[in-house]
Formats: sequence, C-alpha cells, structure tokens
Amino acid sequence: MTRMRAIVRAGFDRAEALLGLAFPPAWNPLLNLGGLGFFFFWIVTASGIYLYIFFDTGVTQAYESVEYMTREQWYVAGVMRSFHRYASDALVIAAGLHLLREFGQDRYRGVRWFSWVTGVFVFGLVFVAGITGYWLVWDRLAQYVAIVISEWLDALGIFGEPIARNFMAPSALDDRFFTLMVFIHIAVPLLALILMWVHLQRISKPKINPPRGLAVGAFLSLLILSLIHPATSQPPADLATVPDPVALDWFYLAAFPLLEILPGPLSWGTALFLVALALAIPWLPPMRLPRPARVDLANCNGCGRCFADCPYNAITMVPRSDGAPFSAQARVNPSLCVRCGICAGACPTAMPFRRARELSPGIDLPDLSIASLRDRVEAEGARLAGRGRIMVFGCAHGVPLEGLASERVGVVRLACAGQLPPAFVDYVLSEGLADGVLVTGCAENACHARFGIAWSEARFARTRDPQLRKRVPAERLKTCWAGRLGRPVLAAELASFAHELEALPQLAPRQPKRGLLGRTKVEHA
Amino acid sequence: MLKIARWSGQALFYAAAALLTGTFASWPSWSRLPEGAAQITVAFIHAGARKEACRKLSAEEIAQLPPRARRPSDCGRERVPLRFALVLDGRPIVARTLPPGGVLGDGPSRFYEKLMVAAGRHQLALQMADSGRLEGFDYEQYFEVDLRPGQNLAIDFQPDRGGFVMR
Repeated sequence: MTRMRAIVRAGFDRAEALLGLAFPPAWNPLLNLGGLGFFFFWIVTASGIYLYIFFDTGVTQAYESVEYMTREQWYVAGVMRSFHRYASDALVIAAGLHLLREFGQDRYRGVRWFSWVTGVFVFGLVFVAGITGYWLVWDRLAQYVAIVISEWLDALGIFGEPIARNFMAPSALDDRFFTLMVFIHIAVPLLALILMWVHLQRISKPKINPPRGLAVGAFLSLLILSLIHPATSQPPADLATVPDPVALDWFYLAAFPLLEILPGPLSWGTALFLVALALAIPWLPPMRLPRPARVDLANCNGCGRCFADCPYNAITMVPRSDGAPFSAQARVNPSLCVRCGICAGACPTAMPFRRARELSPGIDLPDLSIASLRDRVEAEGARLAGRGRIMVFGCAHGVPLEGLASERVGVVRLACAGQLPPAFVDYVLSEGLADGVLVTGCAENACHARFGIAWSEARFARTRDPQLRKRVPAERLKTCWAGRLGRPVLAAELASFAHELEALPQLAPRQPKRGLLGRTKVEHA
Repeated sequence: MLKIARWSGQALFYAAAALLTGTFASWPSWSRLPEGAAQITVAFIHAGARKEACRKLSAEEIAQLPPRARRPSDCGRERVPLRFALVLDGRPIVARTLPPGGVLGDGPSRFYEKLMVAAGRHQLALQMADSGRLEGFDYEQYFEVDLRPGQNLAIDFQPDRGGFVMR
C-alpha cells in the first residue's frame, strides 16, 4: 500500500508541478479538486432545475421533451442540458481525482478516516444520480442503461418478479416509471449534498468554492464545450430492438459492459469487494500516529489562538476547570487531531527564550515538543560555522531534508511549517545561532495540514497572531514553499540566501543574558 | 511575455479538459451484438402446480380451527419446479429445470435469458411442464419467426392467454 501511495503521490506531484507552470498556486486545478467538485455540483443543480421545468414524465413524452429542449430551445435549454451533462462528467472527474489525491497524500487514514468514508459514499451517490439521469432521456442509451441495471439487480435473486421484464417489450413500460426515476434523480443528489456537508464536518474553514479565476475558467470551458459539441440524445428507445451499438458516457458507464458480460455472482462479488475495499482502506493498515496535542493548563491562558488556527476542528474552548483567572481553556479532541502541531505554533507561550522554567507551552505535541525543537535548534546552531549560516526549518511533507545539513546549514524538522512559533526565528537570530532562517515545506497552496503555509506567512507578515517581532530583520528570513519535488529550488534558494547573508553583518554566537522572566536581551552583533 | 505564456498554458489546459470531457462523454461506442444478429429475450414468471394435492377438511377438522382460519381444504405450500425448453431450428438451445422461488419453495419460478441468433427465418419450439410431470410437456408451441438484424423478440409465458406469447 505504501508503494502504491508513493506512485500516486509522485504522479500528482509531477502533474501539480506541470500545471504550476501555467497556473498561480491558488488557481492550480489539482490543488482545488474539492472546491471544483462543489462548483460542478452547483452547475449540475442549477441546470437541472431549469431542465426540470420543461421535462415531461412519460414513455414517449420524456424523449420528446428532451428533444424540444435540445432542438427548439437550443440557445437556453439546450445549453443547460449540455451544462448538465458535462458538469456531471467534470464532477466525477474532480471527485475521482480528489479521492485519488487524498489517497496518495496519505490523508485518508488515522483520524481522517471519517472524511474518506463519507467521501466514498458521496462518490457512489454521484454515480447513482448520474446513471438515473441517463435513464430519464429514454433514448437508446437510456434503454441500454435500464436493461443492464435491471438485469444486474435481478442477478441478486431477491426480487419477486424480474425487473428486466419491464424492458423486454414496449407494452411492458408505463409513465409512472418515469415519475419514480425523476424522484430518484432528485432525491439522490439531495442525499449526496447532505453527505457532502457531513464530509466537511471534521475540517475547519473548508474550501467549498474554487478561487474565482479557476471558477471562471472552468465555467467558460464548459460553456464553450456546450456550444461547440452540445449534448444530444441518441435515437429514441425502442424495446423491440436491441440498443446496440450504443454511445456510452465512459465517465459514468465504464463498468456497464462488464456488468453485461460477467456472470451476476462474479460482477456482484467484484462490486461488493471493491466497495468494501474502498471503505476499509483507511485501516489497511491502520495508521500509527504519535500522541495527539496535549494542553498544559499551567501554561494555557485560554487565548484561543490554537482554536482559531487548528485546521481540523480538533480544539474547542471550554470553561476553565483549574480555577485560574481565565475564562476558558483549550481542549483537544484526540480523535480529530492530526498531530500537525499548528496549535503549538500558534501558542503565545511557545517561547524559546523562556529559561526560568521548563519550556512547556500551553499546547504542544508530546512527541515533537517545542522544547525538543529548541534543543535541536541549539544543537544545530552550535555546529554551524563560517559566514552565511542558515537555519532551515522544514516540514515532514515538503522538500526532503535528508542530506541538506552542512557546515553552514542547520536543519530542524517540524511536523508542519505551521508548528514553528515565530519566536523561534527571533530566537535563532537573537542568539546568533545562524545568520538567517529559511522555512520550507509543501508547495504553495498544497499544505499537507491545510493551513500551515498560510498561517506561517501571516504570522511572519505580522497579520496573524502570534506575530513575528518587529525587531526581526526581514532580510534574514526567507520562506520556500517548494514541495516534494522542490529540492533543486530549495538548493538554489539556499545558495542565493547564503550569498545575501554574507553581505550582511555576521551574527555572532554568544551566551544570552537572561532576565528574571526568562526574556533575553537582544543584541545583534 | 511570461504572463502571456502562462495564460496560454491555462487556456491549453481548459481546452484539453473540455476535449477529454466532450470526447469520452459519448465515445467510443460499445457493441456486443454481432453484425447481422438479432436477439430473443425469454422472460417469464410462473408458478408450478402444488407439490401435494389439496386435502378436503372434514366438518370436525374445520370446527377445530380458530374461526378466522377456517377453510374448506388444506393445501401444502411447496410447488413443483418447472421444466422449460427452447428448441431453435431443431437444435435444443435451452433445457432447464426452474426451481420454485421463495425460502419455502412456495413462490413462482422465474426465467430470464437473452439469446443472440442470426437474423432471418427461424423455427422456434417452446415447451413447458408446470404440473410436475417427468415426461412430456404441458405446453408445447411452435412459432416461425422472421427476425430483422438488431430486432429484439420478447417471449413471455401467460397461461391465461394460452401459454407462450410473442411481445
């Protein structure tokens, strides 16, 4: 499974990098698959409502009404029909790629199982909705879909009368059947929408809309496709003939030839196995996570910054329980915590300058604590020598950091770039542990923990708490969001940064002067 | 210049995505029926005779039953399997024993099958035994059909209309 994930991830990394040549990071379609899925869903819904006005439920009327929309009112209803068709296809593509990407990123196991499982159900419902939609047109494709599906259901042997008998001769079908199909075609997407809402419950600030530029591009491409190659019906269904050959929509109906060919027990067995596999995959094998974030009430002042920054709704603010003179305290829900450490990076008590007591912030990752990061920073700083020394803070999911350390480059690994409290940048420079700090991680807009890059940039830009102190010289701090394939970019950045730092006065390593409150007096050499 | 290249790259992506979507939304076509072939669909649902004949209840037996359950005769629920055969141009194509449906074997037997045949004239013999007899058939009908390429000939079994019917 690990190898399969690595292959999928590598494929996406390359595709994202390729699209990154044309799209700004915020508009990269592969980094907005969930938002695009929602966007296509709304297009399908809006166009579907319009089509429903003109659609007539009846064995002959269904086809005629769709033909009227396509031929007579092509300029509105025809375009709407094409939108309905192509946006449905785009929805399947976006949702399928979204699932695949999350699999490759290993963001489906552990506490993320919930989003995966609900996502699989949404994907299944989208298919059901699409297939029932094809049924409604009642052309040869609809006839084919109806026969294959009903024969497949009959293979279960649980229906008193074979459903497929309804499609064996023209006299067997009546209008009420279409009323039922319309009901299913409306009810299933509604159910999918409810599940999409459930799907988002374990993340904060979900991106349910793509950025405007991407939305405009996607909309225009669908519009142009609808005008150049409008969706049309095949000849009307005729149960006295075999619907063969039939032009399939392969995005929705790719499995139909197999359902038609394979014996019922084999096709049902395969389908059930694949569904069970898709649902069980978060536990194949279960993810071994380090311990979740832990609140240290003695140092938590209930400021709520961890609550505001947590990308996974894992933190809630609850009434104070220890009698301390604060109104609230943070509480971590371990079943939602992905161990990204962004909460620790947001904590104002994560101050590496603190020496009077043990460095224990209000919230921290027990297995990659702020104190251990400080130890690592000091050890790396002590090792560095020469001019243009750089302390690199890198996340576990971005540029590979192996082999990066050298005499002039110290490396400190974080769970996520957002785990780094801005005070660490100040600390490294104030203590003269390096001449500059470079923070690196996932590619821009592709943070593994969703908000690590955004929050880091905002903290460094002093627009989000905890803010980088103003005394930190901007020219000594760099960020490099290069992603897993960005080692050459990072190497180039390091080289140029080192060159720039060499031109600046060197910060001398020194013994810090410590005050009573653990504050360090700043003295740049 | 770089900006133009980036916008062009985006346009290229959208064009490729639209081309992919538009193409595979209706291409390639799928065909399973060989050229010049037709299809015969045989589908029916029919209950065989009861396995045990009904026994007339005596007046004493009826009196012993709860008032709402009193009935003139007692019938076993289980039904016999059907025997069905289809002979096409003298060649037996289907010869099947169809068990009764239901957990207790008290439901109707079902049959659904599609047969691909060459278009043209054919002699069809359809045979059904629903009484539990082991030899011969209770229904035996012969049809001569002329099938067009791509035609779907539906055959049902409706005893109230005399047995096998073409639909």
